[in-house]
Amino acid sequence: MSNYIYIAVMFLVTYLIRVIPLTAIRSKIKNKFFNSFLYYVPYVTLAVMTFPAITAATNSTISGVAALVVGILVAWLGFDLFKTALTCCVTVFILELFLI
Amino acid sequence: MKPYSIREKQNREILRQGMKDGIPIALGYLAVSFSLGIAAKNAGLNEAQGFIASFLCTASAGEYVGFTLIGASATLIEIALATLVANARYILMSCAMSQRLDPKMPFFHRFLMSLHVTDEIFGISIARDGYLNPNYSYGAAAVSVPAWAIGTSLGILAGNILPMRLVSAFSVALYGMFLAIIIPPARKNKVIAGLIIVCFTLSFASNYIPYFCELSEGMRTIILTVLLSSLAALIFPKKEDESDE
Repeated sequence: MSNYIYIAVMFLVTYLIRVIPLTAIRSKIKNKFFNSFLYYVPYVTLAVMTFPAITAATNSTISGVAALVVGILVAWLGFDLFKTALTCCVTVFILELFLI
Repeated sequence: MKPYSIREKQNREILRQGMKDGIPIALGYLAVSFSLGIAAKNAGLNEAQGFIASFLCTASAGEYVGFTLIGASATLIEIALATLVANARYILMSCAMSQRLDPKMPFFHRFLMSLHVTDEIFGISIARDGYLNPNYSYGAAAVSVPAWAIGTSLGILAGNILPMRLVSAFSVALYGMFLAIIIPPARKNKVIAGLIIVCFTLSFASNYIPYFCELSEGMRTIILTVLLSSLAALIFPKKEDESDE
């Protein structure tokens, strides 16, 4: 079977997953529980995806852990998205010059 | 909150802001999609097919699963089901996003915004105050989605074009961004701070919990998200005045 048909199916499913909630839910949800639930979803899902995955993403676990600690610190101090991400990358790069 | 029509005047500025915030996403995407490209190559995709798949799907785990199954000559039903499971967390993200859209916003934006509800673009969009301005997401997508698609192609063409050190360094860009999204609100809100600590702990522990650790990463993310967000909503329901409008 052509790879393009496979890709079309992958796209269709991925798009439907995203477009159905975004177009079907057009008004404010009144239910208090569901509202609170959706309020917490971004924090929980991003936190769950960050740790421990960040420690496994790099060539060395130590540099991954360092990137996590430094990232939390500079984000706490108010660095924006770009600066926080860049600081994490630089931390890994410099540490791995010594570690590997 | 400013209604959509007034915000529209600032649209160009917001588009530019989105493009700027899209740069770290693009760097992270390059590194991640590179390894995705290697998986695509193993599945027998050429660089054009990898580019198209990544450009359209913009989903890391979902694409990876899809490529693996293509390599195994799976049926279309299997591909559809596996893509659904691997990407199910986007259902939650789209639901959360729907609550942050201005009802007066022209409806076609919802179809366009749905194209790039990725972990990262969702994350930076939802971190902004007030109603989401679609131009912010468009700016971020315009910079980062091509990087995702090109990275996949490069991975197919030559698995080792980027030096290993750079790939390793770039690979934390996405996580650094996630931290920049979740940490500042945690500083202001003790519930969110506590919640993040619980998330980190359980996410770490889930690698060692029998049976649970055998589930795919996407599945574990969904289960933990539903479980912990529900608990937080039950114990600390959001007060009306905290609404992020």
